Amino acid sequence: MFSYYLELALRSLRRSPGLTALMVLAIGFGVAASMTTWSVFRAVSGDPIPWKSSQLFVPQIDMWGPKGRGPNNSDNEPPDALDYTDAMALMRAHRGKLQSAMYQISPSVVPADASKHPINVSGHAVYSEFFPMLDVPFLYGNGWSADDDTQRAAVAVISGKLNDKLFGGANSVGRTVSIEGKDYRVVGVLGNWNPQPRFYDVVNTGGFSTGVEDVFIPFERAIAMSISNDGNTNCSETPAESGFVGLQRSSCIWLAYMVQLDDAAAVSAYRSWLDGYAKDQQKAGRFGWAPNNRLRDVPAFLDHEQVVPSDTKVSLLVALGLLIVCLVNTAGLLLAKFLRRSSEIGVRRALGAPRLAIYAQFLTEAGMIGLAGGVLGLLLTGVGVASVSWVLPKDIASLARLDFSLLALTLLVAVIATTLAGLYPTFRASRVQPAWQLKSN
Amino acid sequence: MQIKPILAAMRHHKAGTVLIALQIALTLAIVCNALFIIHQRMARMARPSGVEETNLFVIRSDWADKSDPQRIDVQMQADLIALRQLGSVQDAAPANSFPLHGTGWDNFIKLQPDQVKMTTDSAIYFSDDHTLATLGTHLIAGRNFTASEIGAQQPRDAMHSAQVIISKDLAQRLYPDGSALGKTIYVSMGNKPSTVIGVTDTLQAHMVGSWAGPYAYNAVLVPARLLNDYTYYLVRARPSQLAAALRDAPKALYAQSRMRIIDRKDGVMTFAQVRQHAYERDVGMAILMGIISVVLLAITAAGIVGLTSFWVGQRRKQIGVRRALGATRGDILNYFLTENLLIGIGGVLVGAVLAIGINLWMVTQFEMARLSLGYVVVGVIALLLLGQGAVLAPALRASHVSPVEATRSV
Repeated sequence: MFSYYLELALRSLRRSPGLTALMVLAIGFGVAASMTTWSVFRAVSGDPIPWKSSQLFVPQIDMWGPKGRGPNNSDNEPPDALDYTDAMALMRAHRGKLQSAMYQISPSVVPADASKHPINVSGHAVYSEFFPMLDVPFLYGNGWSADDDTQRAAVAVISGKLNDKLFGGANSVGRTVSIEGKDYRVVGVLGNWNPQPRFYDVVNTGGFSTGVEDVFIPFERAIAMSISNDGNTNCSETPAESGFVGLQRSSCIWLAYMVQLDDAAAVSAYRSWLDGYAKDQQKAGRFGWAPNNRLRDVPAFLDHEQVVPSDTKVSLLVALGLLIVCLVNTAGLLLAKFLRRSSEIGVRRALGAPRLAIYAQFLTEAGMIGLAGGVLGLLLTGVGVASVSWVLPKDIASLARLDFSLLALTLLVAVIATTLAGLYPTFRASRVQPAWQLKSN
Repeated sequence: MQIKPILAAMRHHKAGTVLIALQIALTLAIVCNALFIIHQRMARMARPSGVEETNLFVIRSDWADKSDPQRIDVQMQADLIALRQLGSVQDAAPANSFPLHGTGWDNFIKLQPDQVKMTTDSAIYFSDDHTLATLGTHLIAGRNFTASEIGAQQPRDAMHSAQVIISKDLAQRLYPDGSALGKTIYVSMGNKPSTVIGVTDTLQAHMVGSWAGPYAYNAVLVPARLLNDYTYYLVRARPSQLAAALRDAPKALYAQSRMRIIDRKDGVMTFAQVRQHAYERDVGMAILMGIISVVLLAITAAGIVGLTSFWVGQRRKQIGVRRALGATRGDILNYFLTENLLIGIGGVLVGAVLAIGINLWMVTQFEMARLSLGYVVVGVIALLLLGQGAVLAPALRASHVSPVEATRSV
């Protein structure tokens, strides 16, 4: 029976090619616009570390107090990064399973070949627990040890890209790389690792980045070598002393921090520890206000930092609006098309076809239009995703990908939406009175 | 024209009428908001930078050896002399940031040393006596820095300078009576005063984010070279020698010292590129909204053509009867145009409400301004005209139905 309906639908669609083409075009454009903007939205709002994001937390401590709030901060939010004093206190207390303070660096790397220009790379100064905490994949070697942390060892983890540039892609573990004029021993080479958004340091990267992190060195080594921070520095008052050391003694915020807490008990224990810490600071006279801490997991922190640009949300909404208009359009045309065949329906009904059969026949036709629109939508989505770099900044556009799930979703949305649009016209068609139709002929 | 028979006919195909009206309403609502977004973005992009943008470019030089601020200072001065001596270069100045750059320093500005709340926020441009000439920005009051006033500033030292030049908008914000020149302001978090020795014409801040809207034209020029890990050089080429200057300037810098990094991709940027980069999101959003609006209008117009054509086909016999009874072609044409107009008016009324509703919702969700009613009015007129245009072809076809049709059975 289904193949018969298919044949009927094909015949009907071929009878009015203009109308058919119009419906297919409308569905195609509507679906493609929605899917293209969806691919971007999906990319920027995705969870960068889905298997672990609910166990990774960003602690925030109010080291500035009420007078440090900006004019737009109405809900008493503490600063979103840490100063050196508090970050080090958290590291020393070591209350999480794994944790790391970190800051963004941009050191120069001098190639062994003296004829080449030195290059600037970006990276982070981190603690050894950074690598296991974030499940960072290694191509060669590993991260460094906790001993390397305390001994301020001159060791480095480099990206595969930098490894290609400096060592021609060979296993460079044990070889030396010159960072800021000092030799570092390579202990690990990263595999392909470039999480977007940069969830471990949103405050300094702004979320998305076209670049790759090339170098990681031990935090305390970087501090000892005065490798200064490359990211943001925010101060509520002028540091009393100058230079990088002055920054470390000030209440300026420039450090990101992440801690792994495996279960709810660990989270609440950490929370109460933070409150206790802030209370101690209050007693000591460093904070002149009550504890005001936050402990958000990665998705909540990304949301708090508004990492997803509002432009992508607006685009998605407008594109969905376009899809709805296309569906209303299709519903109107299908209605006209189906009711034009009232006499044909009348004959079928008079010959004993139940209403259900009419439903099956016309929904098949609507579904076919949806399928054709979906195929066109696939092509247009391909074009859309390929040309999205045209209208969006590169750091975001490069994240939009065409993959199987997007293609399947495109087809599915097209067929389901068109079938839904066909529901009312089909309902009307099934209500056609056979007697009336036969009589009027 | 009689409206009653049209209304009676509409009652016979309610669903189709409602669907077209709904489509018109949704199209109006979306297109109004899309056009409003486009207009907002274009208005943002059309803002003046206050800089003479042609023949201006920017070089970023990263120091490969960052250890010694004194050496950086000496190198910067040597670099500037080398740049200014080039035949293709008119002038050059050091900079930590510049209008439209996006990143840089911004400080709270206070009028009193012990003030708790800031008066306003402002971009801080580290400058020397060549900065204004290089940017092509004029003073409207006071004087420029002299060479002897230019100091050096380490990035993490307390900032202080006895003299500053401020932009017109900042002067206006601080001293609305226009008396900023010669007054004392506090530009850093410390409590040391700075005297305003000059006021420039319009000069845009480096901040381009929408959060910085109220501060977008606040700028303080501080007479110092910033001894950071990198520096920018603003370079003004002589007229028609931009290409030569773009080629010569990096070479001259490398000739000064090789211990620097000028990124091959974006180490040298013309101001046109700076502007393009600053507004690329806005351009993209405007293009996207434009594409969607065009597709929407096309689909709605095509939908009207399709459905009206169907109605005309359905009513050939009735049209024939009317023609046989003496109706002119104009009457038939008018009938369909009026029918469409009535549906269109219904649609745009709902659509106007929807457009404003959507905008009000977006205002609460995103950083968006209130939709001005002008857009809705223009949108309403545009959609009504679009509907009339779309219905014209089928209506003309209807008017050509011959009276003979009345005698034929279907």
